[in-house]
Amino acid sequence: MHDHASKQYDLDLGSIRSRVLAMGGLVESQIRRAIDALASGDLQLSDEVIAADHKVNAMEVALDGDCSQLIVRRQPAANDLRMIFAITKTVTDLERIGDEAQKIARMAKNIHQRGAAQAPPLVEVRHAAEAAISMLRRTLDAFARLDCNTAAEVIRDDAGIDTEFRSILRQLITYMMEDPRTISTALDVVWIAKAIERIGDHAKNMAEYVIYIVKGTDVRHTGTAKLEV
Amino acid sequence: MVSEKPMPKAEAKKLDFFYGDFRALNGISMAVYERKVTALIGPSGCGKSTFLRCFNRMHDLYPGNRYQGEIVLQPDNANLLAGDVDPIEVRMRIGMVFQKPNPFPKSVFENVAYGLRVRGEGSRRRLEEKVEQALQDAALWEEVKDRLHQPAYNLSGGQQQRLCIARALATDPELLLFDEPTSALDPIATASIEELMHDLKQRVTILIVTHNMQQAARVSDFTAYMYLGHLIEFGVTDELFIKPKMKQTEDYITGRFG
Repeated sequence: MHDHASKQYDLDLGSIRSRVLAMGGLVESQIRRAIDALASGDLQLSDEVIAADHKVNAMEVALDGDCSQLIVRRQPAANDLRMIFAITKTVTDLERIGDEAQKIARMAKNIHQRGAAQAPPLVEVRHAAEAAISMLRRTLDAFARLDCNTAAEVIRDDAGIDTEFRSILRQLITYMMEDPRTISTALDVVWIAKAIERIGDHAKNMAEYVIYIVKGTDVRHTGTAKLEV
Repeated sequence: MVSEKPMPKAEAKKLDFFYGDFRALNGISMAVYERKVTALIGPSGCGKSTFLRCFNRMHDLYPGNRYQGEIVLQPDNANLLAGDVDPIEVRMRIGMVFQKPNPFPKSVFENVAYGLRVRGEGSRRRLEEKVEQALQDAALWEEVKDRLHQPAYNLSGGQQQRLCIARALATDPELLLFDEPTSALDPIATASIEELMHDLKQRVTILIVTHNMQQAARVSDFTAYMYLGHLIEFGVTDELFIKPKMKQTEDYITGRFG
């Protein structure tokens, strides 16, 4: 893409874009640390994740402010307009992912404070979490490189996480029926699995915005059949 | 927003224009839709003002200028560039407003009455009616009704520009041409002219040249982007500003033009 006649415009846009990526990096590490805390039972790590959520929130507020300032000053059009519009929406999704990570950390803390003896197996949860993290990372890559192919791949992958969520749910139901003493912990795990499933949804939304930036087509709610690039 | 399918009021067909040997327009084909605002945008020297001025045969005023191709005006379906068409007749039907307000050194009333007098309107009563109507339509009546017989130069810049619009409206034109009508005005006067364009398009077709892309985005239903005498892209304004089809258009409207 050519540069704008105004250098400051390029700098402002570039700075907003790189801070979206930084926010994405922070959010990704929040999920990873929350999942680690769940696996290891490290209560302090859980607390750290819960406490760090305010950083994510602050980035959302700052980026939204910068976007509205850029709209007022530059009246962006065409691809710039789509970029700014998509960024404000991406930032909302990233902030929600941050909330989900905080939720996972809180549940992890609950589970381990209650005593790990009754915890159901978490292998599948870890697996789903890895898939969600990979979706988030690839969607951020797609955003950085304006790569529609990768974005389309992420959108298609969301169905896999949804399937995994349902399978975890079935497994947990069996577990609870076999031993009702596990119900409290199993319910916490349900919330964690749901949080992971939501992270996949947010990553998918962000991938849809990438396609909107590049092609100007809105692929939300259109099904994966329309994704051919 | 463009809802019902619009009808062309005028249509350029393979229009070329030459200033002597210099070819300023290259095969422009596009429609100007009835009761819509069409904006012409593009960098200086792209031919947008030249194109605009073809519609009322302004170029006839200078020797050596030459048209090729047609501009077909509806409902007559007649080529207004044809040799046997009287440019004065064309200008009665197609009014023009210029960049700088250019009232005649006459009273407010006489400025608006001028075109009607040229047409041979002699009845005082009918002149008064027409002048009031035109000033109302140009959203100027309330401000000038008590000083109709004072010199037009006493009005502010924005008022003078609305007076020029009233003057153009007095002869009931079918198409109004605006050549950067607000570039000499402050933001408030600009806003009132833009608001006026919005009201006027209920009954008149408007073609406007503007350097201000935000203005094009605000006031127009259709936008044409021109460059070096060529029409690069023509489309519905909302689409052209959000998702232009041509890379060149995108570079221009996003300020990446070299």
